[in-house]
Amino acid sequence: MSILLTTETTFIVQGITGREAVNLTRECLDYGSKVVGGVTPGRKGREVHGVPVFDTVAQAVEHHGGPIDGSVVTVPPAFTKDAVFEAILNGIKLVVVVTERIPRGDVAQMVELADREGARIIGPNCLGLIVPGVCKMGGIGGPAKDAAKAYAPGPVGVMSRSGGMTTEISSSLTQAGLGVSTAVSIGGDAIIGSTYAELMPLFEADEQTKAIVIYTEPGGRMEAQLAAWVKDNDSRLPIVAFMAGKFMDDEEMKGMSFGHAGTIVEGVEDTATEKIARLEAAGIRVVERIDEIPAVVKEKLGVAA
Amino acid sequence: MRFFEFEARKIVELAGIPVTKYGFCTTPEEARAVAAEIGGPVVIKSQVLTGGRMKAGGVKFADTPEEAAEHAAAILQLEINGHMPRGVLVDPKAEVKQEYYAGVVWDGTAKRPLMLFSDMGGIDIEEVARTHPDHVGRGHVSNLFPIPDFEAKQAIAATGVSGSQLNRATPILARLARLFRENDMTLAEINPLAELTDGSFVALDAHMEMENEAVGRQKRLLRGELGIAEDDDREPYEHSKFEEAVAAIDAADHRGVIQGKDHGFTGNLGLVIGAGGGSLTLTDAVRNQGGKPANYSEIGGNPSVAKACGLAKEVLEKDGVEKIAVMMSIVSNTRVDIVARGVIKACLELGKDPGETIAIFRIPGAWEDEGEKILAKYGVEYCDRSVSMWEAAGRAVAKIQGAPA
Repeated sequence: MSILLTTETTFIVQGITGREAVNLTRECLDYGSKVVGGVTPGRKGREVHGVPVFDTVAQAVEHHGGPIDGSVVTVPPAFTKDAVFEAILNGIKLVVVVTERIPRGDVAQMVELADREGARIIGPNCLGLIVPGVCKMGGIGGPAKDAAKAYAPGPVGVMSRSGGMTTEISSSLTQAGLGVSTAVSIGGDAIIGSTYAELMPLFEADEQTKAIVIYTEPGGRMEAQLAAWVKDNDSRLPIVAFMAGKFMDDEEMKGMSFGHAGTIVEGVEDTATEKIARLEAAGIRVVERIDEIPAVVKEKLGVAA
Repeated sequence: MRFFEFEARKIVELAGIPVTKYGFCTTPEEARAVAAEIGGPVVIKSQVLTGGRMKAGGVKFADTPEEAAEHAAAILQLEINGHMPRGVLVDPKAEVKQEYYAGVVWDGTAKRPLMLFSDMGGIDIEEVARTHPDHVGRGHVSNLFPIPDFEAKQAIAATGVSGSQLNRATPILARLARLFRENDMTLAEINPLAELTDGSFVALDAHMEMENEAVGRQKRLLRGELGIAEDDDREPYEHSKFEEAVAAIDAADHRGVIQGKDHGFTGNLGLVIGAGGGSLTLTDAVRNQGGKPANYSEIGGNPSVAKACGLAKEVLEKDGVEKIAVMMSIVSNTRVDIVARGVIKACLELGKDPGETIAIFRIPGAWEDEGEKILAKYGVEYCDRSVSMWEAAGRAVAKIQGAPA
């Protein structure tokens, strides 16, 4: 088992004829994912690595002959909101938004529409998600052979605000012989479709997942939300967290953004120090060094190191 | 993007919220004229993008136009927290009966704008929320649907405000929420919102911030209504020579992205690192093992050899930099061999030995075998994914300090 994706998951790529989207499509197909169509307005009739291109999502759904599960949206920021609305209102329930630099107001509108329609958004400003050996949706892990090297199936659910660090951490879990159940690059923006706490119930219900690793950064209140969720729900899953960007707590770094749009210290509550305290108060183990993660996970799982 | 008070007041005014008859002035003569037109006691306020104006002497009261001109002359020369004022705002001294607070912020957890209202205005709202929580009313608004007045009314009524005060404040808070959403603000605040002795409500001070990502689509407001110049980016600090040079290299070539920052960094170990999360992790790893970074940087999106070379050169040319550490989290898009070529080229062009200058090269991933070969030729230590980011950073620190990590 896993969360969100199975071997049967079908998805389209919106903006499929863009340079990055062409690569991403190739990578997903090579990994065995079912990419059933692509959309770029005005490019109907073309193919990208054998995937048919349509002008509208409705045409893609019609061609497929039934509901499509997901969409990877990789269109310029000014057009992203419309593309996501189009996906959701054509019955797509899982939308991965790769695009970065989308104004918060647009993201909030997408999320509110998704909530009303029973759909889920991952991202924006993310690399997507992967279930090792089953399905890769988005650029996560890169080309299929690289993704296979970094992601082996296993008991650890990974959630990360950084796309690159999703792979770095998963690779270390794979090297340590642990492996990953599902890894989700949740996105680096201030407002995202699915936060740690919002994905926790899915991991909680997944039999394969025995532990969670999160990668986090200063900025925002997402960690406080996770801490509250863990306390309120008496979770069975041990969580190991790594906090990057502690240097941003220095006084001269205040108000400066590093790494991702959402990574900025604006108040007392979103400093690294404050977040670490909150996570630890909820029983979440925050490791000091990135390379401690596999050993601490093993300890939590009762596996010999 | 931050706004000066005189701009924030204009934004509030454009949304149909009452303001006093104020004037923005850049000379004492203008201040005198505005004060004369107002015809009574006035307040002169420094227009700076920093807090603590009152304490610093940036706000003064005047009874006559002559006094207004004198105060304006002094305030225009007064630096506050390192900022020179853009001008002064001359405002009638209002007869205030009661001060309120009205604000709208993002609630990232609820993913909706949050209206805030308090009958204890004029002070910091976070302070009020801590000490008098029952004096702060809150209410979320939809991102999709029109914002109805009643939601503002509910938030205000929650503080116990009733009567004509409730009816006067309601449209103001609702309009503030609408302008927040329509203008892509991240903060829209009126503090104080004043009830005058005649019972009317006016915004006496306003604070607005717009999301940087939305600046492009808010041109009508920014350039049209407010007349803000394209290059007036209002960063919290001046860009250094290093930061400008890296930005210029990045802009000259569309392939990949490089960023460099050195505000607050003064060390001797140059960092050529990436990507977003990797740079944060590596900067901490260097510092926590006793290293002193000379800068922060980010490489991503598969930059060209020229771009990687340009970044490495700028880092190497910073004062006090002895060595560079080239490190990233596992890459799938950026090519290891291209970054390797770039940083070696930078060393050679500056007449430095790559083997001596590059303390460590830790980038696992795409094209790593080719990268390793190139680096080996120049005697540069290469680390693959079996060496953690923490350990790689530690080795770089040890090389520069000549001590074990």
